[in-house]
Amino acid sequence: MTLDRRSVLKGALAAGAASVTGVAPAHASEPARAPEDAVGLLYDSTKCIGCKTCVVACHEANDLPPDNRLDPLHDAPLDLNERSKTVIKLYKGEAGERAFFKAHCLHCIDPGCVNACMLGALQKREHGIVTWDSSRCIGCRYCQIACPYDVPKFEYDHANPRIIKCEMCNHRLAEGLEPACTTVCPTGAVIFGQREDLLAEAKQRIADHPGRYEDHVYGETEGGGTQSLYLAPSNVEFTDFGLPDLGDEPTAARARTVQHTVYKGFVAPVALYGLLGFVLWRNRREAAVDQAAGEEETP
Amino acid sequence: MSAHGSHVAVGGTFLTRPVKVLLGVLAIGAVMTVWRFAVGLGPTTGLSHGYPFGIWIAFDVVTGTALACGGYGVAILVYVLNKGKYHPLVRPAILTSALGYTLAGVAVAVDVGRPWWIWRVPLYFWRWNLSSALLEVALCIMAYILVLWVELSPAFLEKWEESDNQKLASFSKKVRPILDKALLWVIALGLLLPTMHQSSLGTVMLLGGYKLHVLWNTPVLPLLFLISCISMGYGVVVMESALSSKFFRRKPETDMLASLSGVAMVVLALWLVIRLVDVAVRGVIGLAFEPTSLAFWFWLEIALAALPMVMLMAKGKRRNLGYLFQASLWILLGGALFRFVTYLIAFNPGDQWSYVPTVPELFVTLGFISAEILLYLWIVKRFPILAGKEPAPVKA
Amino acid sequence: MLDLGLLPLAMKDEALGGRLDRRSFLKICTMAAAAVGLPASAGRLMAEQAAKGVKPSVIWLSFQECTGCTETLLRTSHPQLDELILDLISLDYHEALMAPSGHLAEEARMAAMEAHDGQFVLVVEGAIPTKDGGIYCKVGGRTALDIITEAADRAAAIVAIGSCASWGGIPSSPPNPTGAMGAPGVLEGKTVVTIPGCPPNPYNFLGTVLQFATFGTLPELDDQARPKFAYGRTIHEHCPRRAHFDAGRFVQKYGDDGHRQGWCLYKMGCKGPQTHAPCSTNHFNEVVGAWPIGIGHPCFGCTEEKLAFKVGMHETVQIDRPTPPDTYAPIAAEQGEANPWAAGVAGAVVGGLVGAGLMASKKLGSDESEPSDGEE
Repeated sequence: MTLDRRSVLKGALAAGAASVTGVAPAHASEPARAPEDAVGLLYDSTKCIGCKTCVVACHEANDLPPDNRLDPLHDAPLDLNERSKTVIKLYKGEAGERAFFKAHCLHCIDPGCVNACMLGALQKREHGIVTWDSSRCIGCRYCQIACPYDVPKFEYDHANPRIIKCEMCNHRLAEGLEPACTTVCPTGAVIFGQREDLLAEAKQRIADHPGRYEDHVYGETEGGGTQSLYLAPSNVEFTDFGLPDLGDEPTAARARTVQHTVYKGFVAPVALYGLLGFVLWRNRREAAVDQAAGEEETP
Repeated sequence: MSAHGSHVAVGGTFLTRPVKVLLGVLAIGAVMTVWRFAVGLGPTTGLSHGYPFGIWIAFDVVTGTALACGGYGVAILVYVLNKGKYHPLVRPAILTSALGYTLAGVAVAVDVGRPWWIWRVPLYFWRWNLSSALLEVALCIMAYILVLWVELSPAFLEKWEESDNQKLASFSKKVRPILDKALLWVIALGLLLPTMHQSSLGTVMLLGGYKLHVLWNTPVLPLLFLISCISMGYGVVVMESALSSKFFRRKPETDMLASLSGVAMVVLALWLVIRLVDVAVRGVIGLAFEPTSLAFWFWLEIALAALPMVMLMAKGKRRNLGYLFQASLWILLGGALFRFVTYLIAFNPGDQWSYVPTVPELFVTLGFISAEILLYLWIVKRFPILAGKEPAPVKA
Repeated sequence: MLDLGLLPLAMKDEALGGRLDRRSFLKICTMAAAAVGLPASAGRLMAEQAAKGVKPSVIWLSFQECTGCTETLLRTSHPQLDELILDLISLDYHEALMAPSGHLAEEARMAAMEAHDGQFVLVVEGAIPTKDGGIYCKVGGRTALDIITEAADRAAAIVAIGSCASWGGIPSSPPNPTGAMGAPGVLEGKTVVTIPGCPPNPYNFLGTVLQFATFGTLPELDDQARPKFAYGRTIHEHCPRRAHFDAGRFVQKYGDDGHRQGWCLYKMGCKGPQTHAPCSTNHFNEVVGAWPIGIGHPCFGCTEEKLAFKVGMHETVQIDRPTPPDTYAPIAAEQGEANPWAAGVAGAVVGGLVGAGLMASKKLGSDESEPSDGEE
């Protein structure tokens, strides 16, 4: 029996094409859910006075050096960076609105960084906190591409670089303490708790003070939901804070769908390999037959 | 398949003037690389938190491996589609691929922050995050590098068989037959692996989410990367063959290259169709008509794919080596641009970030390119890579 | 300091050793002008006015007050109170300082109001009760309400000194059994300059009165009729401990390490962020550091109607109108600059390669002249 070359060719091409496109995924991945004991932070911008005690406390609790590269006298980070796991930023609106914003890791329920990390240095560990394991990182920085909030920071200026990001003071949690920032906040603008409690609290505040808040808790559903949540004053949009306007689907899920459609169980690659091997083997056998025939013909 | 016996080392001196220039560039690149390890990536590159991937990834790895897809493209023609007439192109293409991929691997080692643990990526399989497209790329490329050198090894073994060194000769004689038997499965791997990782290089950027501009942010991106790497592979083969025949004063393989370019033309057409249909179907083609810089890049990519395609439609003009060379130049430029744009231009982490490679960063890249050309020249002159003195006649 | 209020006026002159010479007098006037922020020329003007014998008449009414505001004036030296009341103004009625009392005092007041009708400065110290017709404060059988209404109609300018006179002060703190109100409250439609504080810094008052006395104008006032030169900023905006606030160094408990080091008292309930007053720069008793925060106690907002005697001493307040220092990071800070030279080099390299490629293709094209087929 000889397979028609044309049909084999067609089949090979089709298998190859289908195996590398995610155009027709079998089905989208299941929506990720926060772990039962998920903890997080709730930051209420209307309560924040911009005192930056949280930034100071975070530096101390995490043994971070002051960021005085802009101005040798002051510790004044411009953004999250390799010396600052949290930073207070000020939003200045055109109509004179002022609002403070605390930047920190949002500990997504389905994190892009976790999806990206090749050897699992970044993973959701206890209480769903996304932590970084130094022993697994090779410094490829794919996590920086993947994070929609640009949270992980890479120590570009170090010989043995680390990824620096808020890990919700899990070393303090282990001792029964709260994260440093929530412990020192004088107004309770940032508080720590179980995600479901924080979400309920946030919604309660919106209900209790109509007109004071933006009617939405950021992180409830964005990108599949995050464990650290935000409340904004009613005259400021979340996008004004630099928080992206994300849909409900986590980017990680989409990329995973594309990846898994091809590589789930490694079925498609193995199948393609088998097919290629078969085609090559059959071609070689045919060539050997042709050659033998050619040799027979020449006198 | 045609007989293997018709390959020959080009011979001649290695240290010609162009080689000396390249060695100079390589030296500078090497010094810059040492400096990078001494002081870290921060001072030596233009990389930042907003742009963690720079030209070492976008060019050296992503574009570089695509430029090294000649072996892949030719192997598809010769081994899958059984077009034996292209066989003489296989070895030089595999050599270009082997060098290109190996140097891309070295570029990765220079780029990552902790290269001393890079061996853990293939070996620590229990830590593999199978959801990570980048892991897939890394593992695939590492495996493919091995496969390419194994595929190329017959060239080395052929020479070593004739060596004065008895041990080397006998070793080569022993290994050769084993290799011949296994080669089929190795070649099959060499067809599977690039299919996987060249497409995954597209998947990698999808994780950028909203940071990747809508015109590029499509689930079809992996397919587009794969198709364009095939056309780029053919482009490289044409250029490399033309340059070899010119510099080594050999008869040009114009017929074969014309035919190959015809295939490239079809591949380009396929790329264009998928690209435009995807953008239209997703309903975002309007963005391509807005007066933005990204719209400009989009149309430039299209133009650089359409131009060579149209050029290659003229069958008569395909007979001219210079014409083929130019068309291939556009193919390579277009494919490289597509990758560059996907990784560095359509990827926008926020207007407060900007990326321009530093001069040392550029020299490291130029050093890699020089190394590749130098190694190619050295190997081609010493080992039977290029087809025998006369190119095989094209069977009608 | 002599308590001049107990001496008859005539004896005061003797106590001070008679009239001053012109030079010393000029000095007094200049220092007085400088102390309250009037231009140097004002000093001479004041002296000239005084030399002409023109000393503006001041009628000082005291109602529900503790006399603290008068006491605060005693603690000035630029000018000293005696210089002020004897040489720069004519204090025609002040219950604590004037020599006569009783009906004689009231007669003096009426006489002064007649003599300087429409020209005198009316100063009010203390709140005015309004409940039950205002019977809770009566002087000489007349209610405070009555007295002030009459006097206000004939005054050239009205200044309410102290929080009590400005908005009601302590007497008005809930439940306000007497219906105490400040002077502006009972004098609707009239411009009443308020100098709140408990007590206010005397220079807030002196600056206002001396400006009026010298130039006949009132300083620029805010929406609560407080002179902006004194009440234009909150304590928080001008506080010497502000750096501690900005750096997050707060006192947690009286006597703790932070307290000993002079850290910010915000968490202890400092009302500085919502209190308009110049206390942080103009200390009391002319002793440096003699003000609440300076001695380690949070400001309790004595000038502010919504804070003083209403909000708990150790209750924290919202920061009003934060005028943040520029060291706050913006939402999206510019991160580094792309080096244009490097961009140029990169562009040149790419251009060079493409150019070389095009040249090579031309060369190859022209070289191609052999037949390509049929050689076998």
